[in-house]
Amino acid sequence: MKRTIRDDLVIVLAGEAGQGLQSIEGILAQIVKRSGFHYLSLSEFMSRVRGGSNSTAIRISSRSATGVPRRIDILIPLHQEAIPRLRTRISADTIVIGEKEKIGYPGMIDVPFAKIAAESGNAVFANTVAAGVIGGMLQADEEAAAAFIRSHFARKSQEIRAGNLEALRRGYAAGKGLAGIDIRLEKCAEVKNDLLLSGSEAIALGALAGGCDYVCGYPMSPSTGVLEQMAALSKSFAMIVEQVEDEVGVINMALGAWYAGARALVTTSGGGLALMSEGISLCGMIESPLVVHLAQRPGPATGLPTRSEQGDLDLVLHAGHGDFPRIILAPGTLAQGFDLTRRAFDLAAKYQVPVFILTDQFFVDSRGNTPAFALAEDAAGKHIMETGRDYRRFALTTSGISPRGVPGFGSGLVRVDSDEHDESGFISEDLDLRTRMVDKRLKKLAAIGADVIPPTLVGAADYRTLVVCWGSTLNTVVEAVAGLGRNDVAVLHFSWIYPLPEKAGGFLARADNLVALESNSSAQMARLIRRETGHTCAHTILKYNGLPFSVEEVREGLRKCVADGGRNGKQL
Amino acid sequence: MENSFDFKDKIDIAWCPGCGNFAIRKALLAALAELEIAREKLVLVSGIGQAAKMPHYINAAFFNGLHGRALPPATAIKACNPELTVIVIGGDGDMYGEGGNHLLHATRRNPDITLFVHDNMVYGLTKGQAAPTSRPGMETPVQVFGVFEKPLNPVALAVALDVPFVARVFCGDIEQTKEVMKQAIHHKGFALVDIFQPCVSFNKVNTFQWFKDHTYPLPDVFDPSDRAGAFAKAIEEEPFPLGILYRNEHRTTFEENLEVYKNERTPLFRREIDMKKVAAEIAARR
Repeated sequence: MKRTIRDDLVIVLAGEAGQGLQSIEGILAQIVKRSGFHYLSLSEFMSRVRGGSNSTAIRISSRSATGVPRRIDILIPLHQEAIPRLRTRISADTIVIGEKEKIGYPGMIDVPFAKIAAESGNAVFANTVAAGVIGGMLQADEEAAAAFIRSHFARKSQEIRAGNLEALRRGYAAGKGLAGIDIRLEKCAEVKNDLLLSGSEAIALGALAGGCDYVCGYPMSPSTGVLEQMAALSKSFAMIVEQVEDEVGVINMALGAWYAGARALVTTSGGGLALMSEGISLCGMIESPLVVHLAQRPGPATGLPTRSEQGDLDLVLHAGHGDFPRIILAPGTLAQGFDLTRRAFDLAAKYQVPVFILTDQFFVDSRGNTPAFALAEDAAGKHIMETGRDYRRFALTTSGISPRGVPGFGSGLVRVDSDEHDESGFISEDLDLRTRMVDKRLKKLAAIGADVIPPTLVGAADYRTLVVCWGSTLNTVVEAVAGLGRNDVAVLHFSWIYPLPEKAGGFLARADNLVALESNSSAQMARLIRRETGHTCAHTILKYNGLPFSVEEVREGLRKCVADGGRNGKQL
Repeated sequence: MENSFDFKDKIDIAWCPGCGNFAIRKALLAALAELEIAREKLVLVSGIGQAAKMPHYINAAFFNGLHGRALPPATAIKACNPELTVIVIGGDGDMYGEGGNHLLHATRRNPDITLFVHDNMVYGLTKGQAAPTSRPGMETPVQVFGVFEKPLNPVALAVALDVPFVARVFCGDIEQTKEVMKQAIHHKGFALVDIFQPCVSFNKVNTFQWFKDHTYPLPDVFDPSDRAGAFAKAIEEEPFPLGILYRNEHRTTFEENLEVYKNERTPLFRREIDMKKVAAEIAARR
């Protein structure tokens, strides 16, 4: 029987580490996007360099901003273990395509990738064959695909380039000729002008646009992608990128860089941030700007190094001893990833506080198309001043913000001290001054209010049920809610987490039923909301097995919460 | 003569009367003045400890950060603005204990900064516990059976790691301390000066007299450019040789290796990012 797939297609590639899932995905992403289809890919992989069982889901759609799918329309297993590993996602509708001899799955469509590759010149071109087969099935623009292959292998020998082109051509032919599948996807012209990038790239480009010129980190999954992206950018932009001996060194080095007038980015994961806690506290005390990107993975301790979670909100909310203000942001889309990171540099410099950007493995490692990012008219202000002889770094002001000087710019002396200090930065045990200094630092929280981004409401304006989410779950939750087919459910998404936007209270108060959806086990955001607004989310949908929420499971969870009825437990 | 790095008004110094830190401060003030360093181009960086309070007693800019963590910010400050003279000051616990890993990796990067370590073989600020350089047998309120760990030898470590300027002085000789400080600051690359110093309050073993009795000056004929010879001297203990143990004029610095300064010397804070170039970089992802 011929199966027809319309508008929306989910392909899953599965294989061992080292088999080339990433290279197939890389080629396919370009082919799909250049053909005018919306694209989303996400990878789940084991913490090992070779072997194991990994998979990459690719969603190709006529619709934009799609969420994470659970279903599999087409499965392309590169090794036998893929079938048992993915069995809960394989349904009667799933079409399995691959080397029958190797995989041996009943009813699968046989496409001998390695044989076709060998016929193209070399068995190593099998990944290009696989990408070609998918391209052929999609009837994606073959000339655009060939153009990409030519540029992708531009630095390789003529033989390799020609072999891959031949592999692509043969793959296309095999894909077009596949009986039993009829894929009808509508092309969207505007996608061709979109950007195609990963979450890591969006964060890195945001940092670049924010004027970042110093990056330090210690490699740690899943944050390393941003470090590598910044290193790549340092080849064409004036930027120092340093791999430091440990995370303690990282945070202190970043503070030194800001002190000297640079704009430093730190990129890390939860374990690294835990090591940085004392440095974050120092940042609070010396009122240094600082931007920290934290790509979350499941903890505690080493946890699941290559998996995803939203479990470090409490960590960044409380990291560092003592009271001092901070800003926490959590992008939900690639565009927000770019924009919030760019703004983070301005916010940090303006308010002289640490700004945290919370992403997760799903966000940084997934890739998709997005409308081109808009740049601000001019570069963000540096927020530094030329100092005079009587300069006092911590001058008491009504806003709590003291104009920031840097050493070597003006005749003033810039003194910062981790001890409690006077306005000039000298160590002080004047206990009345101590109180004034604490008040001065905390006053900045009120000033920050002017820049707070309110949460985004998506869905019915006169909702009864409000689904509260934050960070990377946005598209999945919005799609799930849309699929409920109800006009009384809406989504409230926070990309600005802390200080909690004041407007959140109004949105929350209008709901009969509050549902918190988070990728952690303790509903950390719901607890923050309760602490700040008094609103209790009666229902929670929580996931913490290391995989991101899928649209299907969010929808199932929400049906239960809606059926269970309205409770907005405002506690006074 | 008035020293521009000293304060005009009397300042409240938190060190104990008779502390070796006073002599070190005197030597440092003289060294800074004699080198004619521009005051607004000097940054002192320190962590926590009695020695680490030094920046508060010198009229200059400073970054007084966390215990053990002076070297990473100092490295970054110099990297972001190579026009600055960056001097790091700390004690034996700060630099050789809490901050040991940063010291190891500073030797690899070789930033053009100077490190003065006040080595009194005891913890002063926390009142008398053992330091990484405490000699075996010293009893303290924590090491109640006496220290039995082998003391760290910072100068031998530094020579082994090819730190391009390694010296040890005794603050009882202010003139030599000042001269070595001047050469260390002037030297291109990472310079370590381990400064012996008595702690009058908490170290009753390694007194002023003990240091006098257990040190000797390096002979005039000693050649600090010979690394093997330098190492042989660096591992000598009781008596400890004093003077410049090792000099290497051939190591490139961290800043010299940074791509950002290959075509342009401007400090980072004076540079503007080209937003057109950023826009092109973004558009390349189409």
